[in-house]
Amino acid sequence: MTATATPPVAAPTRAASAGPARRLPRTRTVVIAAAAYLIAFLFLFPYLVMILTALRPQKELREPSYLPTEFAWENFVNFWSGGLSGNLLVTLQVAAGSTILVLLVAMPAAYYTARHRFRGRTAFLILVLVTQMFQPTAMLVGIYREFSQLGLVDSIWSLILVNGGFNLAFAVWILNAYFGSIPRELEEAAFIDGTGRFGALFRITLPLAAPGVVTALIFTFIAAWNEFVVALTLTTSPEQQPLTVRLNSFIGQYQVDWQNLFAGSVIATVPVIILFALIERKVVSGLTAGSIK
Amino acid sequence: MQQTSPLTRAARALAPLAWTGPAVVLIAVVVVWPVVEMIKSSFQKISRFGVVQGPNGMANYTKLFEEPDFPGVMARSVIWVVAVVAVTILLSLGLAQLFNQRFPGRRLARWAMIAPWAASVLMTGIIFKWMLDPEVGLLNVVRRDLGLLDALGSTEADQLGQASTAMPWLIAVAVFVSLPFTTYALLAGLSTIPAEVYEAAKTDGASRLRTYWSITLPLLRPALIVATLINVMNVFNNFPIIWVMTHGQPGYSTATSTIFMFILKGSDIGESAAMSVVNFGMVIVLVAIFLKVSKWKNEVS
Repeated sequence: MTATATPPVAAPTRAASAGPARRLPRTRTVVIAAAAYLIAFLFLFPYLVMILTALRPQKELREPSYLPTEFAWENFVNFWSGGLSGNLLVTLQVAAGSTILVLLVAMPAAYYTARHRFRGRTAFLILVLVTQMFQPTAMLVGIYREFSQLGLVDSIWSLILVNGGFNLAFAVWILNAYFGSIPRELEEAAFIDGTGRFGALFRITLPLAAPGVVTALIFTFIAAWNEFVVALTLTTSPEQQPLTVRLNSFIGQYQVDWQNLFAGSVIATVPVIILFALIERKVVSGLTAGSIK
Repeated sequence: MQQTSPLTRAARALAPLAWTGPAVVLIAVVVVWPVVEMIKSSFQKISRFGVVQGPNGMANYTKLFEEPDFPGVMARSVIWVVAVVAVTILLSLGLAQLFNQRFPGRRLARWAMIAPWAASVLMTGIIFKWMLDPEVGLLNVVRRDLGLLDALGSTEADQLGQASTAMPWLIAVAVFVSLPFTTYALLAGLSTIPAEVYEAAKTDGASRLRTYWSITLPLLRPALIVATLINVMNVFNNFPIIWVMTHGQPGYSTATSTIFMFILKGSDIGESAAMSVVNFGMVIVLVAIFLKVSKWKNEVS
C-alpha cells in the first residue's frame, strides 16, 4: 500500500526540482524514434520497390524513372493468366503438405519427450538439435542422388519430404517447450474425470499448447513456401516448379519477362511477411532453443 | 501399484518408439540417407546423367583439389562467412540497443524490421539485382542524379558484372537478410538482463559506455554466441543470394563452395559430391562447436 502511494507524492517534487532538465529525455526519445523509423523504412524499402515495380505499366519498365506514371494493376491479372498460377499452386501444395507432415510427426514426439523420461530420450533430442543445424544446401548432391534413385524427381512429394525433414527440429523444440509448460496435473484431473487419456490430450493439452502449434505451423509453412535450393535441384519441368524456382528461371535470359517476375515476387513475398508478423516474437525462442538457457 | 502383465510391459517399452518413431524415420530418410548417398557418390565415377560407372577411388577428390579455381573458392567462402557474420553482429548490436529503447511506435518499427527475415532470400536477391540493373536500376539512377555515375548502362554502372564491386554487394545483401534474426536474438538476450544491474551501475556512477562494455556485453555473451553460430551456418549455406545475383560469375570470382558444388553438379556428379563432402565436413565442425558451447544439456535434462 505504502509503496503504491509514494510515487504520486514524489513525482511532482522531482519534476519541479528537475525543471528544464525534464526536456532532455524528450529530445532523446524523438531522436531515437526518428532513427528507428528510418531504419524500419530501410528494411522495408526493397519490398516497396518490388511492389512499385510490379505496378509499373509494361512500357515504363525499362525507363530509368523513380515512379510509374500510373499503376498497372492488370499486371497481377496477367501473372495469373500467364501460366504462373500453376507454379503458385505447386508452392501452396508443397508448403501445406510439409506443414501437415511436420505437425503430424513433431507433435507426438514433442509431447512424449516433454512428459516422459525414457531410454534414448537424450539421444533423440540431440539428433533433433543436430538436424536443426543442418541445411539441405550442404548435402544437395546426396538429396539429388537419393530422390533420383527413388524416382521422385519432379514430384511434389520429394519437396514435401525434404522440407518436412529439415523443418522438423524447430517444431519439435517449440512444441516441446509448450507441452512442458502445461502442468501434468491438469491432464491427470481430466483423465480422472473420465475423459480418457486421449480425451485429456485433445481437450486439455492441445488447446493449451495452441500458440506453440500455430507458431510451428506458420514457421514451417513460410520456410517451405520460401524454399529454393532443393526445388531447384529436384524439379526440371517448368510446370512442376514452385514459384521461387520458376521466377528465378526468368532471370539471366535475354528476353526477361520482368513484369511477371515482379508481380510473382510480390505474390510470393507479401503473404509471408504478414504471416511472419503473427509469430515474430516466438520464433527466436524456437530457433535458439536448447542453446540459451 | 497394479500388476503388470508382460504384454503391458512390452507395450510400455515400445511406447517411446511409437511416439518418436515417425520423427526418427523422417530424419533418417531426409537427413541421414542423403549424407550416406553423398559420401558414397564422392567415391564413384558418375556420368553427367547420373549413371554410376564404377568405383573411382580418390579420383574425384584429387580432381577437385587440382581445380585451378578451388583455392580461390575456398578462400572466398571463408571471407564470405567471416565478413557477413562480423558485419551482421556489429550492426545488430547497435540495432538491438536502439530497438530496446522506449519510444512510441516501437512495436511497429520492430515489425517492419522482420520483412527481410520473412521474405525468401531469393526474392530479396531478385529485387537487389533489379535495383542494381545497369540501365534502369534505382540505385544507379540515384547515383547518376547525385553525379556519382556518368552514364546509365556503362561498365561502371554494372556493379554486379565486376568482381571488385559484386562481392561487396553480395555481402551487403547477405548482411541485410541476416540482421533481423540477429537483432531479435540480441533483443531477447537484452531482455534477460535484470534492471537492477543497471540501477546498481547508475548508483556507482558508471558512464553509459562503461556500463555497456562491462555489464551489457558480458551478459549478452550467451545470446551473442548462439546468434553468431546460427548465422555462420546460415551464411555458409546461403546459396540463393549469390546464385540469383551473379551465378558466381564473372568467371568463378563470386563463387563460394556451395555455388561451386552446384556448378560442378552439371558436369561431374562425383566431383560435385566430393565438394559436398568437404562442405559437409565444415558444417560438422561448426555443429560440434555449437553443441560444445550451447548448453543443450540443460534443455535436454
